[in-house]
Amino acid sequence: MLDISPTEWTAILLSLRVAIIATLVATPFGIGLAWLLARRDFWGKSALDALVHLPLVLPPVVTGYLLLLTFGRRGLVGAWLADHLGIVFAFRWTGAALACGVMSFPLLVRPIRLSIEAIDRRLEQAAGTLGAAPWQVFTTVTLPLALPGVLAGMVLGFAKAIGEFGATITFVSNIPGETQTISSAIYSLIQTPDGDTAALRLVVISIVIAMGALIASEWLARRATKRLHGN
Amino acid sequence: MLRVDVAKQLGEFSLQAAFTSEGRVTGLFGASGAGKTSLIGMIAGLLRPDRGVISIDGEVLDDTSMRVHVPPHRRRIGYVFQDARLFPHLSVAQNLDYGRRMNRLAEDPAQRTRVTDLLDIGSLLDRRPGQLSGGERQRVALGRALLSKPRLLLLDEPLGSLDEGRKVEILPYLVRLRDEASIPMVYVSHDAAELRQVATQIVMLRNGRVTAFGGVKVFRARSRPPDRSNPERSSIAARLRDVADGTLLIAPIAFATAAK
Repeated sequence: MLDISPTEWTAILLSLRVAIIATLVATPFGIGLAWLLARRDFWGKSALDALVHLPLVLPPVVTGYLLLLTFGRRGLVGAWLADHLGIVFAFRWTGAALACGVMSFPLLVRPIRLSIEAIDRRLEQAAGTLGAAPWQVFTTVTLPLALPGVLAGMVLGFAKAIGEFGATITFVSNIPGETQTISSAIYSLIQTPDGDTAALRLVVISIVIAMGALIASEWLARRATKRLHGN
Repeated sequence: MLRVDVAKQLGEFSLQAAFTSEGRVTGLFGASGAGKTSLIGMIAGLLRPDRGVISIDGEVLDDTSMRVHVPPHRRRIGYVFQDARLFPHLSVAQNLDYGRRMNRLAEDPAQRTRVTDLLDIGSLLDRRPGQLSGGERQRVALGRALLSKPRLLLLDEPLGSLDEGRKVEILPYLVRLRDEASIPMVYVSHDAAELRQVATQIVMLRNGRVTAFGGVKVFRARSRPPDRSNPERSSIAARLRDVADGTLLIAPIAFATAAK
């Protein structure tokens, strides 16, 4: 049963790579945006908030198609990036990472935002009176205190990214070795006449990865909370 | 020298206060809601006055007519909050070190030893704020503010969150601090007895206005028995005794005479 073929391995490794890169790249943006939404009032804040949540409520196919229109070779942003920076998203694994990043972004931002909102702002004031400039207050007080939320957001984002299917297959298709993740590999396998066993193998593997991520997050969150509130 | 002349509207409440202080410890006295915390919040730069000037040793920190407002982190004014506000994710030692690190000051082990000895917190250095008693927490907060090397220290009811027993525990440290550290302080309290022990100068605040200003004799006059040989003084003493302890229904004129 657990005789994994090279194609399947490729899909597993690609899924992990796509989800990890998507999460790592999205996290700094997520933290910045979460801070902005939690701490600042500005014109268009609700619109920005809605925009961040949009991928959560839109059909994934729609998000994928919008990505194709914007970041495709002839898309507004995609053409510019390809011409000026040589970055191509369309039908590449990087495109899969982008799709996963966008789809998981709302899940990443939310816990971070909640944990920043929960921080006692009077601690940040105290840091100011001790001579900490606003950016120092952020790095030495706000961010460390929000760490459990950041970890929770990253795990949720990763879980979403590794399971992403609709937007990815719409944007970058289902090319073995380049954009075929576990999800799209399973999709292909169930459509082939004798792909059932292989599909089941991948199903088991996705369950293992998902469980692993959940256990790791639980452990990390417990450690972070312990660190925050004294041994 | 600290010079304050500010006005600020906070909802229904209007604060309008002016005083200068040269004493080592200026006691800011008033009932809760008199505007004490708002006033020192403005000195610290956490609140912005609507109108007015705040300067320290001639350096302007706030001047609304010139649109000057120095942000809190550039004022070098220490603030000890009523609720300590220690950083829960840092050990006591890291809390004490915080101001020095943020201001990029060189390490000063001698100063640190002096402060930890003065406040008796040397044995707590490895602990987290969550493992400290209220009194210990307040002492660490004091040490943390002192070690950021401020030119002025604001203490907002530093004993306010402690019960009677703890207050007696902390008060001697504050007196030692006044006598041994050369940092001028503004000490906020609604407790006359406390200020009598610590302050060298009193500013009285009532409903957002300064009602009296002078030496601590203001308080001493109240506790002294009436002086029979001086009818004027005894009548003042009698008047002072008549007002309940801690209330502010005292005419400024009485203080002017009593403070002589």
